[in-house]
Amino acid sequence: MQIFLAIVLGITFGLILQRVGAADPDKIFGMLRLTDLHLAKTILTGIGVSSILLFLGVALGWIPASHIHVKSVYAGVLVGGLIFGLGWAISGFCPGTGVVAMGTGRKDALFFVLGGLAGAGLFMIMYGSFSGTCLFHGLMGGKVTLVQAGKFKALIGGVAGTVVAVGIGLVLIVLSAKLPESFRDMKD
Amino acid sequence: MYWNWKIGGIALGLIFFVAVALVKPIGVSTQFVILDGMAAKMLNPAIVQPVASAKSGYGSPNPYLNKSGGKYAKSVAHPWHYSFIFVLSMILGGMLGRIFTRPKDRGRPFFDAIPDHHRRRFGDPPVLRYFLAFAGGVLVLWGSRMAGGCTSGHMMSGMMQTALSGYLFAFAVFVVAVPVAIVLYKSREV
Repeated sequence: MQIFLAIVLGITFGLILQRVGAADPDKIFGMLRLTDLHLAKTILTGIGVSSILLFLGVALGWIPASHIHVKSVYAGVLVGGLIFGLGWAISGFCPGTGVVAMGTGRKDALFFVLGGLAGAGLFMIMYGSFSGTCLFHGLMGGKVTLVQAGKFKALIGGVAGTVVAVGIGLVLIVLSAKLPESFRDMKD
Repeated sequence: MYWNWKIGGIALGLIFFVAVALVKPIGVSTQFVILDGMAAKMLNPAIVQPVASAKSGYGSPNPYLNKSGGKYAKSVAHPWHYSFIFVLSMILGGMLGRIFTRPKDRGRPFFDAIPDHHRRRFGDPPVLRYFLAFAGGVLVLWGSRMAGGCTSGHMMSGMMQTALSGYLFAFAVFVVAVPVAIVLYKSREV
């Protein structure tokens, strides 16, 4: 059953990423250059919609709390994010969209995925040399959410939490609706 | 052409929601490690081995594969599990995306290996584009593994669950990506 779900959900996710333009580096470059915010609007709406449904589903008991997996906060999240940002701006791909773009037949995406395998392999080799450092120490309580979800520590709990989470989701959707299609002129 | 942001945003939100409702949050970058581990296992079968005392039942002489009770070592030993097949299936999703694209849109800008932004700035030769894509891939996956997730796992799934780590990751990514893209892909005067 899990394998069947993996195939159906994976294909659907790949298809959606392609259909919203996330697997097109020009859409990514446009978003990062603030000249074409269409994809940013899509992503913000996506986070808002999924968050509202998730918290309502958890509140109503439809979603097993064990399905929730929150990642820890540590200095490496910041450091890794900065390096990720550099690579994303250079290539126009992230791990998921690179894989999807490879499926659409883009040759540059194949190079991205090969580079990704090299980067992940490099990290695998280097990990032992910095695994004990403060880069990986949990900060601010580690696996923390703003709003209670599953078994993780939260800044806001209970029924009020669901209201706040739905509120955050609505704010993200309104934000994406209000966001202009472009902050900067295409010409520069 | 592409879906508008309303339809696209709802579709994207639904797939992230359905995935967590039925199985678990979507994540991609870990599977690059699993594939590397599978390649390493072909060269050196001892890279993953059953370890009775480990939480997962598997261990590795490599500290990264061995971390969290040998979680990754187990995935390398038995790769045909949900997360790995999910990512492989995304390739098929991309192929379907191409098939469903009207033929007149299949040229630029959809599937050309040279993005317009690159062409305007650096010209037509593909070699530099392939190099930038490869170098970007190295940085993106190294960064993802340092951060413990990527756009899917940290930014989308993380912020969906209101995880602080998701907000921190998104902040770090855009703080670098926006200025770099503005400078690197600034259009050349024609």
